[in-house]
Amino acid sequence: MPIDLYTTRGCPIDQQRFTWRDMVSRPISKLDDDAFTRVRVILLNGIETDALRFQHAAARRNRDIRLQLAQIRRVEQHQATMVNWLIGADHSPLETTIAYEQVAIEVTADLALKEPDPYLAQAYRFGLLEDFDHLYRYSALLDRLEGKDANNILQSYTDIIPGRPTVDEHRAPEDDLRNPYDRDAALATKLNAMTLTAAEFQTHDYYMNIGPLFADPVARQLYAEIASIEEQHVTQYGSLINPDESWMEQWLLHEAMEVWNYHSAMEAETNHHVKAIWERFLDYELGHFQYVAELFKQVEGRDPAELIPGPLPDAMSFQSHRDFIRQVLAQEVGLRAKGTQFVDKSLESQASLDYRKHINSAGSPSETVASGYQWSPGTELNRKVVVAV
Amino acid sequence: MKESTPMGMNKTGMQMSPFDATDMRTGVPSMQPDPGAGDESAIAGMRNSYIAEADPVGSVPVPATVTGAVTAGMSMLAGNAPQLFIDKLGERLAFERTGTRLYDALLAKFDALGDGGTGATRAELERIRADEARHFAMLAHAIETIGGDPTAQTPCADLAGVESMGLMQVLSDPRTTFVQSLHAILVAEMADNAGWEVLVALADENHQASLSTEFTTALSEEQDHLEMVRQWFQRGVIGRTVGSQVAPPPQTH
Repeated sequence: MPIDLYTTRGCPIDQQRFTWRDMVSRPISKLDDDAFTRVRVILLNGIETDALRFQHAAARRNRDIRLQLAQIRRVEQHQATMVNWLIGADHSPLETTIAYEQVAIEVTADLALKEPDPYLAQAYRFGLLEDFDHLYRYSALLDRLEGKDANNILQSYTDIIPGRPTVDEHRAPEDDLRNPYDRDAALATKLNAMTLTAAEFQTHDYYMNIGPLFADPVARQLYAEIASIEEQHVTQYGSLINPDESWMEQWLLHEAMEVWNYHSAMEAETNHHVKAIWERFLDYELGHFQYVAELFKQVEGRDPAELIPGPLPDAMSFQSHRDFIRQVLAQEVGLRAKGTQFVDKSLESQASLDYRKHINSAGSPSETVASGYQWSPGTELNRKVVVAV
Repeated sequence: MKESTPMGMNKTGMQMSPFDATDMRTGVPSMQPDPGAGDESAIAGMRNSYIAEADPVGSVPVPATVTGAVTAGMSMLAGNAPQLFIDKLGERLAFERTGTRLYDALLAKFDALGDGGTGATRAELERIRADEARHFAMLAHAIETIGGDPTAQTPCADLAGVESMGLMQVLSDPRTTFVQSLHAILVAEMADNAGWEVLVALADENHQASLSTEFTTALSEEQDHLEMVRQWFQRGVIGRTVGSQVAPPPQTH
């Protein structure tokens, strides 16, 4: 059932408290928990770290609300900690990467299906096919470097096959910008764009942090390459957000987006320990929304209901979108971006072609790592050794 | 010729910073923490509180169907804990599969740098790599035979992956020499030998005679690997071999 932001008060800010002990609680089980529990953990961490990112940027430009931003930010920081620390340490950084790509694929697919604006839905399908290819490349790396099967993480929900080849995803910056949604766009459109921007930003930052932890030069190059694409994706998704919105409008929308994400996670969660965390943080986020809504009235002299008139959109679905993704792959893998539009690959801009030619001129790690790679249950060795025997 | 490491301007030791090192040691007494205020037992206390509340890493997967398990042989396992047998089979499977990839990395190092004075040959490395891959396939078949799922990651398989991470990092680092890489392989082979010994015993406990025979052969091959790697490593470091700690391997090749 959709949440009404104005009738559910949530937990007051001064009661949103933490100890180190409850921030660092029992992690999920890599083996026994459902893959979508991990998807939700990663997504919600991305939402929280984006809240911090946005609120810091806002504080740099808004002298009068710096204290309020600092107060909310302190809670978001500890929420992010409690959420991100749920990932068990037996996930290798590369296994966690597989899970990040599963988030990018399945959440983007769900929002592409639900997005009411056809242009934004197209942008989501476009990005989806690129993250889909990243999963294939990283799965090859996991198999060939660590000798592990990516499907132990994916739990058969998500296919491991090529998408739009990563080697072809490198574009000139002008071909990564999109047209922003209108100010009067549907609330769902605004929340979808903010959610995907947050998720992709987190993925970019994760790859930038763990890439240099690998000794293997192939891994180091692959993370460098895909982190660059994630930067392009942040550019794409971030440019969908209307830059004419005021700081207070974007803050209020961000809090609404956080409420919506926690509500969606809570509705779907199968791990009782994690579900209790989603319930607690949904209550916290409702408190944040009420706090920012009051501030919105003071700063803008307007009713928040002018910006967010009704209940939140229906919860997002955490499930496999295999059929939809296969359909998009079959129909749209040949699309490329030119300016703010999506075109056939024969119509790409010279700027992107030139950029790509140079950046790939000393070799392509995404091509090298997956050369001849075909995923098989139990890794490609399972197929090759059986054939050899 | 044994491998040598260059001498250079390593800055990690205090002798390389004589003035700062003196300042570090003298310090300001009033700013020093009180060593009587506690010790590392506080860390043990916090760890214990988490251990007391921890969930297990995970479980051994149940067979897809009860019928499948019965017909495939899981019900015939006679040991006290058949799931332990499955868990350990999964561990060995994961280790052999990762081991194959470790040898892939070692072969790349060999091709780039040569044998480092160890006496190892490409053919020998390829043979060991093929043995690891064959052991992996044999274990996958063994798990299927007793009704398990060879594509599942069991708890001990998961932990074997965690344990192997450092080895993979050493082997895949382009800066490490062939002999430094061999040391990582030596650690892997020693652990592998111990793992196969346990697996043979578990197969016997579970009255799996044919598996026990196969595992004993694999153990012999792994003893062979260990002895070869140990001797290469010693030749690479000291230019000769010194005593062996494992029994001479049977002639399996």
